[in-house]
Amino acid sequence: MIASELYYVTPELALLGFALLVVLLDLFVRQKKVLAGVSIAGVIVSGAFTLALWGTPANDVFYATLAVDRFGLFFKLLLLVAVGLVIMASQDYVGKFERFQGEYYALLLISAIGMMLLVAAADLIAIYVALELSSISLYVLVSFLKDQKSSEAGVKYLLLGATASAVLLYGMALVFGLTGKTCLLCIADMMELVGSGGLLSSPALLLGIVLLIAGFGFKIASVPFQMWVPDVYEGAPTPVAAYLSVASKAAGFAVILRVLLVGFGGMAVLSLDWGLLLGVLSAITMTVGNVVAILQSNIKRMLGYSSIAQAGYLMVGLAAVGAAAGDNALGRSGLIFFLMSYAVTNLGAFIAVIAISNKTGSDLIDSFTGMSKRAPLMALVLSLCLFSLIGLPLTGGLIAKVYIFSGAVNNGLLWLVIVAVINSCISAFYYLRVVKVMWLGAPATEDKVPSSWALRTALSLCCLAVLLLGVLPGGFLGIAEAAVSIFGL
Amino acid sequence: MNSYYLTFVLALPAIGAIVIALLPKPGQRAIKLTSLAFTLASFALSVVIFAQFDRSAGAVGQMQFEERLSWIPAINAYYHLGVDGLSLPLVVLTTFLGFLAVLVSWHIELRPREYFIWLLLLETSILGVFSSLDLILFFLFWELELIPMYFLISIWGGGRREYSAIKYVIYTLVGSAMMLAGILSVYFTSGSLDMTQIAGLTAARPVIPFAAMFFLLFIGFAIKLPVFPFHTWLPDAHTDAPTAASVILAGALLKMGGYGMIRLCVTIFPEVALRYAPLLVALAVINVLYGAAVTLRQKDLKRLIAYSSVSHMGYVLLGIFALNQISLTGAALQMFSHGVITGLLFAMVGLVYDRTHERNLDNLGGLVRQMPVITVVFSIAGLASLGLPGTSGFAAEFITFIGSFSSVAVNGMQVYTLLGVFGVVLTAGYILWMLQRVFYGPVLQKFEGLPDAYNVDKVCIFCLVGVILLVGLYPAVLTDIINQGIMPVARLIGQ
Repeated sequence: MIASELYYVTPELALLGFALLVVLLDLFVRQKKVLAGVSIAGVIVSGAFTLALWGTPANDVFYATLAVDRFGLFFKLLLLVAVGLVIMASQDYVGKFERFQGEYYALLLISAIGMMLLVAAADLIAIYVALELSSISLYVLVSFLKDQKSSEAGVKYLLLGATASAVLLYGMALVFGLTGKTCLLCIADMMELVGSGGLLSSPALLLGIVLLIAGFGFKIASVPFQMWVPDVYEGAPTPVAAYLSVASKAAGFAVILRVLLVGFGGMAVLSLDWGLLLGVLSAITMTVGNVVAILQSNIKRMLGYSSIAQAGYLMVGLAAVGAAAGDNALGRSGLIFFLMSYAVTNLGAFIAVIAISNKTGSDLIDSFTGMSKRAPLMALVLSLCLFSLIGLPLTGGLIAKVYIFSGAVNNGLLWLVIVAVINSCISAFYYLRVVKVMWLGAPATEDKVPSSWALRTALSLCCLAVLLLGVLPGGFLGIAEAAVSIFGL
Repeated sequence: MNSYYLTFVLALPAIGAIVIALLPKPGQRAIKLTSLAFTLASFALSVVIFAQFDRSAGAVGQMQFEERLSWIPAINAYYHLGVDGLSLPLVVLTTFLGFLAVLVSWHIELRPREYFIWLLLLETSILGVFSSLDLILFFLFWELELIPMYFLISIWGGGRREYSAIKYVIYTLVGSAMMLAGILSVYFTSGSLDMTQIAGLTAARPVIPFAAMFFLLFIGFAIKLPVFPFHTWLPDAHTDAPTAASVILAGALLKMGGYGMIRLCVTIFPEVALRYAPLLVALAVINVLYGAAVTLRQKDLKRLIAYSSVSHMGYVLLGIFALNQISLTGAALQMFSHGVITGLLFAMVGLVYDRTHERNLDNLGGLVRQMPVITVVFSIAGLASLGLPGTSGFAAEFITFIGSFSSVAVNGMQVYTLLGVFGVVLTAGYILWMLQRVFYGPVLQKFEGLPDAYNVDKVCIFCLVGVILLVGLYPAVLTDIINQGIMPVARLIGQ
């Protein structure tokens, strides 16, 4: 019965309700700050509904198009945290588009709905629709500044995104053509049925899987689909770039994990294939990201390349999952933990950048010189986040790396781990450069950097989370394990 | 037996750092006194541990003052601390140097609050390395040390400080990256991160060959020690670091490398160590001779002392991979002794430089007239460094050479040992020549009226001299304990 199943999508429905409310209120309310408050309230309500669902047993609803399980719920919470922090940090940024704040918040919420559906989708068509819902809102958000760079970024994102969608759709069509099914579980059953005979060795199926990975690869910014990242991050409003770098990536990884593990995970032969494919892609992705990041002088571009590199580390986890052929809790939970740590770390870094750039009016790394005197809190948190991105101790970054790499070593991917750790050393070079100018340089002026209390709260939350993940990771690892336990075979 | 002594030793400097960070508008004096109090407390507590350490035969191979709490259950990581005969001297050395480093920094005026916070955090992280018994915890502290050192060199250093700081960080990161890969493969081969359980590792199906794991770990430690050809970060970092950081860097930090080699490389993989001992011993001899030869050519006083560390760490490497009970004991003693001696040498260089603002040997000379105390103490340190009997340097090097000469682990060990002994001659050469160029010769007009050591400096340098003489005259104060830690290792190697 469909109506009774509506309970399972209450988080999305709640968020949708609040998004519409924001649009409506925008017409009447003069004090636009209220809109941010309403959006935050929506995020909290939606989060409460999500938490309420945490206890329900895993099942599929709406004719097996949406899965309700801890994996999906975990990612919904992560996405809500991300969008909540981004909205809080936007307080200091929305002045740049004073009149359109209502649309801005509503679009952020709607794209969050798309991603929340995406992480729960258990059917190829549902996946596609959810993906488009989030993407189309993001196309608009990226070009929200309406200046030349922002519009260019929007168009670029739109064109490349549309291409990626087409590739994805083609992959889905191939898979559907060979199995006759769109729901992931049915696909897995179909393959089981046919066995290791003709279908599995069919090049068309392999092509289908490759195209699927390519389509999602755009979302997570893996090589060779990473071209858009630096331009889009640079041109987009900074909070949107932060949102893209965290939420879009997390959703992308969630959907890849689900498709590969549920749809194609049962086949040992096949998963070995995509395990190696992802391993090689991962090595290239992190190397490209890190090496090119060294050359950047704009901090948003640098963070863009850094996020490509981080996607590379995350793919180490994916490759481990693949190489393990279905029996690797460590790789999967490592991936989840890394995503948690990456989300708060990257958001923290971007939020600090929002505050500082707002004052200096520049995104150049040089303009951060001497910030330890002008904005001690921002400089401290930004340094901490950059340390976490390098993977230095007391931050979530170190535990995340140790954890995700241990999954890979356990599955015979030591070569990949060595590539990854060497990459971490390379990354130290450009991350530390920012730390260096902030703490060692003399500031150009003595002006303090102002910030709203909402932004400071968001920043402190990120900082706290990074430290907690680094010092007492036990509880978070427990959550990560609970989230992936649904794939236990 | 959870006593929490070690936790306190470890935490006191860090707590001191937090207190300094939270003090509302502290004066310089308050900051310095706070640092002094916390490092002194940590030192005092480590001496208590040293005094209470069970030296009886029954305690051989036992970790003492163990603490164990579950930390990350998912990968069996524990907050697991403990000391044995190998690590305890190094813990005491670190707290001692940490305390003296505060005294050495007494005249710091640039951003003192941050400076002392970093200095105290540095001490905590090094202590953590020496007392962790869990591989992940060990790795965490190993990496943690980077951050304070980076800031200490790049803000309060001299010369090309930013270059040196980043070079130091990148070198160490590469090493620890290899180490992490090694640690993870050890973990998945043995299923345990507990250092006390993985000695003499055997496994039917290791993740990668044991030799590969051995070298992954070894490279991490070799960069730190440093072993030729991974030593090039050292002269830059030592030379450009502020005096106190140089003292800690040369005194305590390098020992992390030697400690790791004994504790992990040799203990976990005794057979691999035996197989590759000839190669590593040859590297050790290169370290000794090449280091000494390069030292002879140095014009910069601080760089000279820095390069001498490369040479002296060669003895440690020689002692370790001669792989017998006596040579390993000698290596462990050499680590302690070099820590004290080089700590003193860097402190002395700091004193000379503070007064003359000159480190170029060509422009120095005749300082004995203005600075008699500094001259005498510098000479004692120099003589200890070249191994004069009655100083700790002699005891350590003598035991190392006896051990390695009698070792049967490597064919032709006697030849290697004799080559190593030749390093002592070169050391005598550069030390005496250096002393002559700095303190003797014609009195220079420009140094007229410079002050000798202040009282606060005297406390610091006399303490170090006292320890050098104590260990030199009565080495058993340490060797009794060190033996306890080395015996199980020697038993594993079968020597």
